[in-house]
Amino acid sequence: MMKRISFREELCMGCGLCEVYCLVQHSKSKDITKAYKREFPKPFSRLRLEVNPPMVFAIQCQHCEEPACVAACLSGAMQKDKETGLVVHNAEKCVGCWTCIMVCPYGAIKRDINKRRVVAKCDLCSESMSPACVTNCPNEALTYKEVSL
Amino acid sequence: MSKFKYVLIGGSAGAVGAVEAIREIDSSGSLALISDESLLAYSRPMIGEYLSGEVTIEGIMYRTGEFWNLSKVHLFCKRAIRIDLDDKFIMLDDEEKIGFEKLLIATGSKPRTIEIDGIDKDGVFNFNTLTDADAIRMKIGEIKKAIIIGGGLIGVCMAEALAKRGIEVTLVELRENLLSLLLDSVASNIIRTAVQKKGVNIITDHSVQRIKGTENNNNKVKGVVLDSGEEILCDIVMVAIGVIPCIDLVRGTKIKINRGIVVSRFMRTSVPDVYACGDVAEAYDFVLDKSRVLPQWPIAYLGGKVAGYNMAGETFKYPGGTVMSALKYFDIPIIAIGQTNPKNSDECQILTSHDLSGTSYKKVVLKKGKIIGLILVDDIERAGLFFYLMSKGINVDRFKEKLLSEDFGFITLPKRLRRTMLAESLTH
Repeated sequence: MMKRISFREELCMGCGLCEVYCLVQHSKSKDITKAYKREFPKPFSRLRLEVNPPMVFAIQCQHCEEPACVAACLSGAMQKDKETGLVVHNAEKCVGCWTCIMVCPYGAIKRDINKRRVVAKCDLCSESMSPACVTNCPNEALTYKEVSL
Repeated sequence: MSKFKYVLIGGSAGAVGAVEAIREIDSSGSLALISDESLLAYSRPMIGEYLSGEVTIEGIMYRTGEFWNLSKVHLFCKRAIRIDLDDKFIMLDDEEKIGFEKLLIATGSKPRTIEIDGIDKDGVFNFNTLTDADAIRMKIGEIKKAIIIGGGLIGVCMAEALAKRGIEVTLVELRENLLSLLLDSVASNIIRTAVQKKGVNIITDHSVQRIKGTENNNNKVKGVVLDSGEEILCDIVMVAIGVIPCIDLVRGTKIKINRGIVVSRFMRTSVPDVYACGDVAEAYDFVLDKSRVLPQWPIAYLGGKVAGYNMAGETFKYPGGTVMSALKYFDIPIIAIGQTNPKNSDECQILTSHDLSGTSYKKVVLKKGKIIGLILVDDIERAGLFFYLMSKGINVDRFKEKLLSEDFGFITLPKRLRRTMLAESLTH
């Protein structure tokens, strides 16, 4: 059993707080005002809230069992952690070749060109207990729960 | 004669994929790897970054130094010279015999050569291995001008690496456009402009006729002569006109060869217990719906993984690959997949959007409701959605008018397809 983020589109109001808090979580200051106003390079959300009224969909790295990004990675920066089941990205090793972007079925990998050119994606907020997008979703459209593989 | 359950020939992406797959299923079966390359498991596509100096030798290691040890792989750092399929062994260059139950041939490819006068002179290089990159790095201080023959992926990669080293580069391409096997003329011109902006001189529609030597040492490169008669001085000539499968080892055996080693969707060759993958193999292309040689790193790794699963007894079907590349050269992100320049364009519908002020360009080639070709320049982050639709052969007629829109995304796909895709993330 592994914990994954699930999304129920019928419960999503499209408020966008998931993106806001994902950005804050991945900022230096972890402070909403500073993150938006004063940080350079500008932090960004790993999750993508896709809006196509009246539909809204929050999508991020699914930490696939058979990840296409890991198989395609040219440098070895993208790896599947056997113990946690997470798809882990090593930004130090990444050379920003964009090959993982080419094959991710969810379009969930972003380019991070602020400093070195690398990719960035959802890390399930590995430093904290529950992902920031889930914690801050006011309507429980995003949940973090055990899934059977 | 030592004998192993699994023997792999080759030490690059295909072999790494196979080792990882075999060890997922069979943690103890004896496994041997034969390769005469000095440094195993480095990332071949990264030798450009290594040459330019952006990445160190540690940085280009595809797997850590302990990888083979941790995976319990017995390494034979020698050259395989013969395969005996009847008695199931490999003969090494020191005449040692290595017996196998299951064999994977992942010998890769070698540079295509050209027959021109002066090609054997000192200062002519290929650029396919770390050894090639090291040979150039050794001389880098003496190189002021370089000629690159070939405007494909390796040629453009080298042009960038050498330009970053401050070397004056001239790239000579026989065809009208750079990267013509991958891109259409619009995308090709976008990259051409970017390459030229960085000071690289590009000559298309011409070829190098001969390589000249210096006055006091005819064996040392001094310059090249083009078919136009033009002479260009240089210190080195780099030849990058493509690669061909390394099939010497299987020639004359029962293993069926076409251009490469013919393999099934399970990466099996025509001979039982013998598998092949990577640049040496002819595997399935999901756009053409037939097998072909596709010398690309991710395809080699995936093919190796499929071979490994099947060698270890777990049936796993190769999903297929196609011509596909993500490019970052000269800071222009480009992703191109499949038939971006279809020959029978009257059978195809072509959707494009081109931002003339900038470098943004999108092209989708449709045939019978399916996407068979894609080019994205600049805005590339949704490329994987297209790749999925292409590799699964999904009919996109219902939403094709949204494919080029700025907000095309996961949400654009039909709800049922979205559900299927999310469920697939949890399965092998």
